[in-house]
Amino acid sequence: MLRKRQTGSKKAPTISTASLPDIIFMLLFFFMVATVLRETTLKVRVVVPEATELQKLEKKSLVSYIYIGPPMPQYVQQYGTAPRIQLNDVIADIKDVIPFVESERAQLPEQLQPFMTISLRVDTGVKMGIVTDVKQELRKANALKINYSARKRVHAL
Amino acid sequence: MVKKKRKREVPEINAASMADVAFLLLAFFLMTTTMNIDKGIMVKLPPWDPENIIDVKIADRNVFTVLVNARDELLVEGEPMDVAKLREAAKEFIANPYGRPDLAESPQKAVISLKTDRGTSYKMYITVYNELKAAYRELRDEAAMKKYGVPFDKLPPDKKKEIRKMYPIKISEAEPEAIGEQIGG
Repeated sequence: MLRKRQTGSKKAPTISTASLPDIIFMLLFFFMVATVLRETTLKVRVVVPEATELQKLEKKSLVSYIYIGPPMPQYVQQYGTAPRIQLNDVIADIKDVIPFVESERAQLPEQLQPFMTISLRVDTGVKMGIVTDVKQELRKANALKINYSARKRVHAL
Repeated sequence: MVKKKRKREVPEINAASMADVAFLLLAFFLMTTTMNIDKGIMVKLPPWDPENIIDVKIADRNVFTVLVNARDELLVEGEPMDVAKLREAAKEFIANPYGRPDLAESPQKAVISLKTDRGTSYKMYITVYNELKAAYRELRDEAAMKKYGVPFDKLPPDKKKEIRKMYPIKISEAEPEAIGEQIGG
């Protein structure tokens, strides 16, 4: 019976694509919401270390980033190979950390200023000396909430 | 009458290309998206107050000294140790389940002193710090399981506070020394 019917109709029924845009839009909205457009271009190479005791950074607007790592290959001529600090878009000195923190704090509404978090994105190969210097500057600037950026570790130590 | 008739004859907009436009946008967002949610180890730094350095005398048994040198070698309470064993050692020190006289009097009094060298690698520092935090987290989890039968994360805020009081995280970081910064460049 079924076979007969199939052979009988020569034209296969067209699949309606009317709902296709809706599906695509749904996907589109998902990606639009999930996406984070990176506003800074990294000038230093940062591969964050692995850890297990991770906490999510809840409010993106309260987070400021400090990158520490060796300059990218195209900047080696200019800055050398030793690890440097990057604040916003520029490679900076240790003395620029306090003004940076202050300006980042000034951008926040007053009631949120105590919750400002500094995320330290530090390359695995960096020595503690420069990290400690930055930490001391942060203490001087009274930015005490910090976060060592890290990836999830899957294997055992 | 004529007017009305004309209004009804608005041609339908062909929506076939809608999918193409949406695809284009979708492709753009797919390419630019970075799905990494920022995670990390939360730390609260002590306030900067060079004038009023309070020199608190803490009994030797209540201090768990962890030293990391420029070669990324670990020295715990004067003994070399493997990082993998640090978590258990810290847990035993803080909780002191058998009441040993050389370990902490109580978890509230226990202080972990972490000292690194300026030449210590950041990777090692994070590993050590992570293990110390993990020791506290495990102790809190165990206490929460024993008392309420649920892990620490699932507790309501007031009970969390209670457990936090039982095991307050006290990791003190000393100024690193610059003995071996040049070693291993």
